[in-house]
Amino acid sequence: MTQSTQTQSMTTEVDTRPAEEILGQYPADARYLISVMQDIQLRYRYLPREALERVAERLGVPLAKVYGVATFYKAFSLTPKGEKELRVCTGTACHIRGAPLILSELTKRLGIKPGETTPDMLFSIEAVNCVGACALAPVVVVNDVAHGNVSVTGVRRLIKAPRKSGGAGGGTNKTTKKQDN
Amino acid sequence: MDTVRYETVDAFRDHAAALRGSDLARRRRVLVCCGTGCLAGGARGVAEAFAEHLPDNKQTELGLVVKRTGCHGFCEKGPLVVLMPRGTFYRGVKPKHVPEIVERSVVGDEVIEELLYVDPGTGKPVAGYGDIEFYAKQTRVAMRNIGLIDPANIDDYMLRGGYDALARALSTMSPEQVLQTIEAAKLRGRGGGGFDAGRKWRSCKRAGGDVRYVIANGDEGDPGAFMDRSIMEGDPHAVLEGLIIGGYALESSQGYIYVRQEYPLAVEHLQRAIEDARGRGLLGENILGSGYSFEIEISRGGGAFVCGESSALMRSVEGKVGEPRAKYIHATDKGLWDRPTVLNNVETWATVPCIVEKGPEWFTGLGTERSKGTKAFSLVGKVKNTGLVEVEMGTTLRQIIFGPGGGMLDTGERGKFKAVQTGGPSGGCVPESLLDLPVDFDTLTEVGSMMGSGGMIVMDHSTCMVDVARYFLSFLVDESCGKCVPCREGLFQMYQIVSRICEGKGTPADLDKIDDLSQAIILGSLCALGKSGPNPVLSTLQYFRHEYEAHINEKRCPAGVCKALITYSVVNDRCDGCGACLSACAVGAIMGTPKKGDTFKIDALACDRCGACVAVCKRGAIAVA
Repeated sequence: MTQSTQTQSMTTEVDTRPAEEILGQYPADARYLISVMQDIQLRYRYLPREALERVAERLGVPLAKVYGVATFYKAFSLTPKGEKELRVCTGTACHIRGAPLILSELTKRLGIKPGETTPDMLFSIEAVNCVGACALAPVVVVNDVAHGNVSVTGVRRLIKAPRKSGGAGGGTNKTTKKQDN
Repeated sequence: MDTVRYETVDAFRDHAAALRGSDLARRRRVLVCCGTGCLAGGARGVAEAFAEHLPDNKQTELGLVVKRTGCHGFCEKGPLVVLMPRGTFYRGVKPKHVPEIVERSVVGDEVIEELLYVDPGTGKPVAGYGDIEFYAKQTRVAMRNIGLIDPANIDDYMLRGGYDALARALSTMSPEQVLQTIEAAKLRGRGGGGFDAGRKWRSCKRAGGDVRYVIANGDEGDPGAFMDRSIMEGDPHAVLEGLIIGGYALESSQGYIYVRQEYPLAVEHLQRAIEDARGRGLLGENILGSGYSFEIEISRGGGAFVCGESSALMRSVEGKVGEPRAKYIHATDKGLWDRPTVLNNVETWATVPCIVEKGPEWFTGLGTERSKGTKAFSLVGKVKNTGLVEVEMGTTLRQIIFGPGGGMLDTGERGKFKAVQTGGPSGGCVPESLLDLPVDFDTLTEVGSMMGSGGMIVMDHSTCMVDVARYFLSFLVDESCGKCVPCREGLFQMYQIVSRICEGKGTPADLDKIDDLSQAIILGSLCALGKSGPNPVLSTLQYFRHEYEAHINEKRCPAGVCKALITYSVVNDRCDGCGACLSACAVGAIMGTPKKGDTFKIDALACDRCGACVAVCKRGAIAVA
């Protein structure tokens, strides 16, 4: 929690132009609320208040309702997410194949809890309920790339790669999948 | 590629016949699985290597095509490459293997033995796709094309008979006849409820009004299930065709496909399929010149489990908070935007074209008395062959787990079968004594579980059933939308009680409290999330009561899972002082120096019992007590 408040105060002003651009792609109808918010979430990695105000105005939905939708669905976050979003699958298959261990390993190594972001804005951890890649359990999804059969040691590799290169990209395709030969 | 637009049914039939008689249909196929599982294993690199070693001109010269397909279902062994028509099945393929495959098996006629699947029973390599037990014991209907076609290529779908059913329905059947066909097939919804699809369609049709909607539910939220994902990703046209046929039967002009936020690839493939189908005149205005018009829109979910429930899903499509509503108003009367709506899940829609094409008699010839046809299951957990299987209704749990599933993953006492969890958070755990139950909509419900959407999670003796119950409760507490108090608060209280039992602080009276609470939750909740929420606890309590009692009376977790009831120690005779556990321990609870001959000690006070040391120790030198 503390990290996110810090980062928000660091962000002085939010550029709402991308949000306007997204809004321009949809008819001004309340039914597109979720779609618009999904695109905004994708662009900003969270839903800035300023952007939501524009959304409310344009789609003719009260801001309170927009807030309701934003807090109801898991896809949305009101605080910025890290560059690498580590989504640890905690579905049943992953649970019995060691997901709790993977999750505890990540939280301990990064010093944050699920739902939080590291102060350097590099990593966020989310515990999600099944990503539908159960045959590869346990699974960690890093920005849409699924890593299967993740081991305790494999987890450390997931959080090492971008730190070395000092930022974006790099190593997302690196796999921790075990091969039986 | 081409911009053929079929203005009439005949034009479609001519083109389909031409395609099927063309050189393309006869070409050999190199199928590279690019399902989620194989992609995670590096299938993209394999596909790129094939593209590099077999450029288009070389493919033509050799009379073959390289295809990126959807999920073959055998995710455990990926990345997979299959050579058709011979059916050579290579597993665990890496980009470095590709030149050899091209040279020896594609250009040449050899089989590379090292890449073949080894039958765990006989220990011998199996050369052919169809000979592998995993596939040989399946009957594929909803998953008929997955793995065999390129999901981004409409011609591939048509080569396998795609859109024939639509053409037949539009040209030879009235909407009423299509509806009667579905009724006669006794098709039941594959999403979990098992409601008679024909009856649902009929009530919607009777509801009156001139605007009706059809929806495909692709919000596959049950943890442990990914059949619908695989269908949407691997054979998107099958879902579209089913939906269009359904729209025709119901005289609806607008359909929606609601896809989970977690499935971006499914959205991409469906979107592509919609555009291609529209381009060919199979979707949109005046389909195949029949006068019937139908549009499909994709609606992306927001990551809420409850949105798999039909009334919540419809609110979500409307752009609102996805809360279920009371069921005395049926969606077939007032559904999406208060118009009559039919909602079926993806697998159900994908089955519809086969029924229309082959007739209801064919469908009723499969399955059991009350559950017709086949059902796709995702077989996961502690089983050798994890992946997707589709079998006839009425196949027993044992046949599935020890047939295509290949039996249990681990050997030894702890690796033995303990239970199989079906039906997701609404289902329950079925013990070994009931393994010979035929799986259909009704039998599993009778024993306190349910077939559900088809997740099948196999558990062995290293799984604690009390922990499983707690797991599902925590899932439901997290996912309850909060509208009904008994679900929101009752499940939370149950979670507290079961957690207490896991921590060794439970009392015998807790078990009675669980019973009371369950009754209240079942009676007081609007939707299935609450109504069936206590199932995982009740079924584990019914079949594994002794485990609860061990936690309560003896303060012992028989499976060695519940952290408060276990301690870790180093077995000195097995430890060789490698130090792997030392670096694995994040709390510094392991003492010793890594050198040969030295042994380690675990500080029980500092240890947070996360199990990292057990996971990294190759010599099994960490004991759990």
